[in-house]
Amino acid sequence: MKGPGKMLPLVLKSAAKKPATVLYPYVKVEMPENFRGKLAFDSEKCIGCKLCMKDCPSDAIYIEKIGEKKFRCDVYLDRCVYCGQCVDTCPKDALKNTKDYELAGYKREDLKVDIGK
Amino acid sequence: MAKIVIPVGPQHPALKEPANFTLLLEGERVAASNVALGYNHRGVEKACEERTYIQDMYLLERICGICSHSHVTCFIQAVEEIAGLEVPKRAQYIRTLIAELERIHSHFLWLGVAGHELGFDTLFMYSWRDREVVMDILAMLTGNRVNYGMNTIGGVRRDFTKEQFEQISRAVDILEERTKYYIQIALTETTLLARLKDVGKLSKEDAIRFGATGPTARAAGVNKDVRRDDPYAAYSELEFNVITDDNADVFGRTIVRVKELMESYKIIRQIIKQIPDGPITVKAPRKIPAGEAISRYEAPRGEDVHFVKANGTDKPDRVKVRAPTLANLAAITHMINGGYLADVPIVIAAIDPCFSCTDRMLVTDVKTGDEKLFDWQGLRNYSINWYKERNIDFSKIKL
Amino acid sequence: MTNMLLNILEILIFPGFIFLGFYGLIVEFVDRKLYARFQNRIGPPLLQPLADFIKLIAKETIVPAEADRRIFKALPVFALAAVTTAFLYIPIWSTKSLFPFSGDIIVILYLLTIPTLTFFLAGWYSTSLFATMGSVRTLTQLFAYEVPLFMAVLGPTLLATNGGNWSLSNIVLFYNTYPLYILFNIPAFVVAIIASQGKLERVPFDIPEAETEIVAGAFTEYSGKLLAIFRMTIDVEIVVVSALISAIFFPFFIPGNAVLSFLLFLVKTVLIVFISAALRSVMARLRIEQMVNFCWRVLTPIALLQILINLIMKGILKL
Repeated sequence: MKGPGKMLPLVLKSAAKKPATVLYPYVKVEMPENFRGKLAFDSEKCIGCKLCMKDCPSDAIYIEKIGEKKFRCDVYLDRCVYCGQCVDTCPKDALKNTKDYELAGYKREDLKVDIGK
Repeated sequence: MAKIVIPVGPQHPALKEPANFTLLLEGERVAASNVALGYNHRGVEKACEERTYIQDMYLLERICGICSHSHVTCFIQAVEEIAGLEVPKRAQYIRTLIAELERIHSHFLWLGVAGHELGFDTLFMYSWRDREVVMDILAMLTGNRVNYGMNTIGGVRRDFTKEQFEQISRAVDILEERTKYYIQIALTETTLLARLKDVGKLSKEDAIRFGATGPTARAAGVNKDVRRDDPYAAYSELEFNVITDDNADVFGRTIVRVKELMESYKIIRQIIKQIPDGPITVKAPRKIPAGEAISRYEAPRGEDVHFVKANGTDKPDRVKVRAPTLANLAAITHMINGGYLADVPIVIAAIDPCFSCTDRMLVTDVKTGDEKLFDWQGLRNYSINWYKERNIDFSKIKL
Repeated sequence: MTNMLLNILEILIFPGFIFLGFYGLIVEFVDRKLYARFQNRIGPPLLQPLADFIKLIAKETIVPAEADRRIFKALPVFALAAVTTAFLYIPIWSTKSLFPFSGDIIVILYLLTIPTLTFFLAGWYSTSLFATMGSVRTLTQLFAYEVPLFMAVLGPTLLATNGGNWSLSNIVLFYNTYPLYILFNIPAFVVAIIASQGKLERVPFDIPEAETEIVAGAFTEYSGKLLAIFRMTIDVEIVVVSALISAIFFPFFIPGNAVLSFLLFLVKTVLIVFISAALRSVMARLRIEQMVNFCWRVLTPIALLQILINLIMKGILKL
């Protein structure tokens, strides 16, 4: 049956229910387990093959040798697209995604971070 | 009232992305209109030629936020055809599952945008609240709410567990109930019907003549759907109906989209029941042998066509993307002329435009009259020289 | 002398200018909060409309180069002055308004038309495309809802004339002595609520200010202090129209107790704002020709019917 205001019952019911808004940043929603957030690097496992650098779509990851069989890893947080291809490509599972998504900064220089332990 | 020329765009509250529709108005009626695009051109096709196939996947994903999986799957299918790879069945099913979830996401987004264009903000808020259910499911499955990154050459990157399938089932049950409510509202709310009926008319002959695709054409009675006509992924093993409607106007497009949501739920339930076990990927070479392939895909907005030409290296020779919105835009001037100014936003919104998928840049030299298509390097050189003439030198800027 | 001083204080502070300003902001908060809750959202906090007002005053006022500077700047002030003056003739805490006189109900209705005319002139003198379209739509809409609104407001008046006196205060006094006669006015109440959505330019009749079609209609070129005054005008207009409707259709006052009557007045106006917010959330915006059709084909006959009923009742009850 056609008529105006068909959403009225739902609308009046919603006025009494709890709102669907999440009061971020006072309430933070937990991201699911395999969320692709900021990268984390385990320098013990890295062998310096630099396959991750080759596969990165935006030149965001940089592996540097700091000693015999020791490597460190820099990530440009503003270039990274959080695709996770480097995680898949690494033959030794040295990279993984964390659930961290609050990555904003005030200066461009702050966004080049060392993601090792 | 005299004739006035109103620009709808590039910046306008009715448009979600920039495009320029210039309307010639007589009072409230649109006498003539003109479409000018190009504001979202980013040189993606040229950029694809300088990156490897794996990097191209992520570049093509970011052509558009709502059709991201469509573009990647279409591209990957073309590449796999050139390389002669046989993708395992489980991977096909997973690709189809994500594709249908993306279709649900896109149609809920469209419902909200249409409500907002009509001044019906309540519909906008409620349909986007329900869209959050789908986005949370996708975040749980793929790791991100948009730009899912599920595909890799030769299959998919992630496998799903039984608990995840249970969660998808529950979410689909909730969404189905909400969709039934929206169907009921769309069919009975008088103010909505008054704004949607007899607006943006496009008859069946005109739809075929202008080359419209997707829900825009199916609402006019054109019975074409790539999922049934040219099955890809797992669609040849799934049963579903192709929804067409005979109201060749915006109301018809609304009905087609909402009923397609119900079909998507049916498909997802079949997938969860029928998905076979097995590997999720097959080993793919980094260098794709020479060859070319065309791949078609039914994106939420219509038919998406990708052409890929490989030359034996690990970078493609040419990638061409024909997005569905480009096909539907040709019909816009026909639909707007003769209508009211008040209907222009909803008619534009009814083809579900995604200008990010669409833009090219054609430069016409007014003095000599010849036209030239700019490629990426040409565009870069042009802009560097332009700024040099104005004494701005970019070489000192470190990016 | 003290009488005149008291009158000036009443006009400027309570229930005049300052009270109306603050009550308008509170009513805007109630409307926005209800609208948000109907949509399952949280909505703005209590002081948000005041914050918006202060922010707008602090911003730069830009006058377009081709617009007429003096008229452009004077129009918001005219609009605010007209709606505030209309409030002085509506009974608030007793059956008498501040300055009642015979025929003041007509004056109230005409004073409420002035803001609409200023919106038209504001859009016209802005000389910008979208503003011109918005102002033409405002006038077209005026022709549609004006007649049903006037007839719906004057219908109950027909029943209530005590010796041919058309003062709102007298009408309120009449209905307080015979409260059951309110029930005859229900069709006019429905017409008045719907037509007043047109006057206040709210969904489903917010065509003159359709955000997704013509940016902001007549107010496109307004910014800073002038826009603040225009928005205040709209808020005060909501209060005045709600007060008018509640004074005509349920004008109950507690005799002898001014404070309780005033609280009752607040409750009544908030109730009408609640109905307006509910109407706003469940409907889409109509096109201008659909709105004109609806007003002339549906609302006007009902209002005419109401007038007929009241004339018959007047004869039957020998008033």
